[in-house]
Amino acid sequence: MMTEKHLLGLEGYPAENIETIIDTAFGFREVLERPIKKVPSLQGKTIVNLFYENSTRTRISFELAQKRLSADTINFSASSSSVNKGESFKDTVQNIEAMKIDAIVMRHPHPGAPLHLTKFVDAVVINAGDGTHEHPTQAILDLMSLKEHFGKIKGLKVGIIGDISHSRVALSNIHGLINLGAKVTLCGPPTLIPKYIEKLGVNISYNVDEVMDWADAINVLRIQMERMGVGLFPSTREYRNLFGITHERLNKHNKKLVIMHPGPMNRGVEIDSNVADSEQAIILDQVLNGVASRMAILYLLLGGKQEEN
Amino acid sequence: MKITKLNKNTIFKNGTIYDPYNQKKFKGDLLVSNGKIKQIGKVDYPKDAKIINCEGLIVTHGFCDIHVHFREPGREDKETLVTGAKAALAGGFTRVCVMPNTDPPLDDPESIRFIVEKAAETPVHIHPIGAISKGQKGSEITEMGAMKDEGAIAFSDDGIPVQNAYVMRLALEYGKMIGVPIINHAEDIPLRNEGVMNESEVSTRLGLVGNPDMAEAIMIQRDLDIAETVSSKLHVPHVSTKKAVNLIEKMKAQYSYITAEVTPHHLYFNDSALTTYDTNLKVAPPIRSEKDRKSLISALKNGIIDCIVTDHAPHTIEEKEAPFELAPFGMIGLESCFGAVNKILVKNNGFKIEKLIDLLTINPRQIMGFDSNLFNIGCEAEITVIDPQEEWTFSKNDIYSRSINSPFLSEKLKGKVKFTIVKGMLAEV
Ligand SMILES: [Zn+2]
Repeated sequence: MMTEKHLLGLEGYPAENIETIIDTAFGFREVLERPIKKVPSLQGKTIVNLFYENSTRTRISFELAQKRLSADTINFSASSSSVNKGESFKDTVQNIEAMKIDAIVMRHPHPGAPLHLTKFVDAVVINAGDGTHEHPTQAILDLMSLKEHFGKIKGLKVGIIGDISHSRVALSNIHGLINLGAKVTLCGPPTLIPKYIEKLGVNISYNVDEVMDWADAINVLRIQMERMGVGLFPSTREYRNLFGITHERLNKHNKKLVIMHPGPMNRGVEIDSNVADSEQAIILDQVLNGVASRMAILYLLLGGKQEEN
Repeated sequence: MKITKLNKNTIFKNGTIYDPYNQKKFKGDLLVSNGKIKQIGKVDYPKDAKIINCEGLIVTHGFCDIHVHFREPGREDKETLVTGAKAALAGGFTRVCVMPNTDPPLDDPESIRFIVEKAAETPVHIHPIGAISKGQKGSEITEMGAMKDEGAIAFSDDGIPVQNAYVMRLALEYGKMIGVPIINHAEDIPLRNEGVMNESEVSTRLGLVGNPDMAEAIMIQRDLDIAETVSSKLHVPHVSTKKAVNLIEKMKAQYSYITAEVTPHHLYFNDSALTTYDTNLKVAPPIRSEKDRKSLISALKNGIIDCIVTDHAPHTIEEKEAPFELAPFGMIGLESCFGAVNKILVKNNGFKIEKLIDLLTINPRQIMGFDSNLFNIGCEAEITVIDPQEEWTFSKNDIYSRSINSPFLSEKLKGKVKFTIVKGMLAEV
């Protein structure tokens, strides 16, 4: 059973809940392999996908999860101009709530917005990414993919490579991994690693080769050039030299290092194309697990009916 | 709160009278006649006198807050001089200085005169602080001489740091000539970056951009050096960091025209209170770490920081209901000030109540050059009567400001203002 009403982030989120979600997700993963991929679990439930920021991948993944569970879905994309007015946020969500809905899946550019949302609505709130804060469903699908590959999370050594400062994926992954007993090393330019992050229980390295030697798996983050008002690293060429997961770099390591990437990738910048497409990469598994784990989250938080065979 | 005209004769009976100017404390009565201090200690009892029993209460100078934002002109939906003055009365403040970051800013003699004239109609004494630079743009200094003649008592671009060191030098040179303090909102803008809270483990966990303590320290060191070089008065507003405290301490040891202030919220909260993204705690400079908070308390104890100010900064509910990054900086603070600082300093940190009163009365008055010998016979009565023991929970009913953006709501405070007397009026809080 789930002990929390909402899924806002993985900081302080009970490990048992994460494990329940992952176990349930493996069940749904089987459903997704069937010829008929639909179950009636959330029939009669209404879910609003409230996206204040474009995110084709996350939205499609959630939508697909909702359709597979037979929920009714409404998509609401707020224009970026209305985001800049605090008032319209409250109005928008209260209007949506008034339509008697069961859950809101929200992507928002500002940290804390999902917590803020819970003050205005009774519906279940699922955070689909809040600014540079958290992206818990992404972290859960990453954890599921690791578990699928290694059979366990506890004791795994995971490197997270790239722009940690501006990454909600990094923060949620750190909390989730540490919660489940993995070891985490962050690696990237010091300008992209926030001060005090070691207090979350992670190690920091500026040497990507060392991290690749140490790790069982690495999660390569997108370098988000569009966020750099000031140049926080000198050039993509230099970044690639220092931190890029290149083919040559990967070949230097003998062991079978597992490569993850939350997408969308900048091929040739943070990751080489042939690395992304290699056997070691589980990037496409992550995509499928994304649908399965989001099905599990929705199912568990919305109290879906058990599937009858 | 009930506000009435003072009787011809009013006796504050049997209180503990504390006169911070003469550093004297004694049990006794205080007679106010025709709005002026008539007798202290043993007093006559005129037949028609209104008698206010002050048993168990402290009768002292009216509090003085040299850093408030009353939003007039321009944002009268947040506060006006009149509503701000009522909030001041409720907090025991008889005299306040309003910051010039209004719309338009108080950056010329005419706007200073506007405030002085409007202030005459309000129930407390209000003094305008003039802008340092035209339009608060940080490039050209204002007509400080003419503005002083109209009633500006200090200069500041508060809210906006004077980033250009040369402009700061010019302002301090001019301030020296006309004998007023210059107050610079001390945050180095590029280092502050887009910071919305203290840079710390908490900001990292919340995914919010941090404003590092060095952004304050670096700007303060610059200002201290310039002030010393040109020998002028610098007043450092809302000190928030241990680093800044250390710099001020060092400079004060070698140069005497430096003063500094601290707010109740920087003394009361630390940044772990922000984990719920409470926009009422979003303020500039930000609420800092516990280490910083403790250093501010000892800086007050050691006289490195000279006074307490509220930085009362009203904002609308709508603005504060926005996501944290979008909400404006600032919180109201007049009504909750005494209960908050008395709890932190006297109850929790062993300050003498007299020391706290000094920080709210003579010290700020002396920084601004106001008369501070208020219990001199014949002086206009500016009196605050407090109950230092009363424990109470701060609620919306205690707010007289037009805005309610207070992080002290629902906080248990200790010490309450009971009466505020100023301009011939009696406020029963
Ligand atoms: Zn300021």
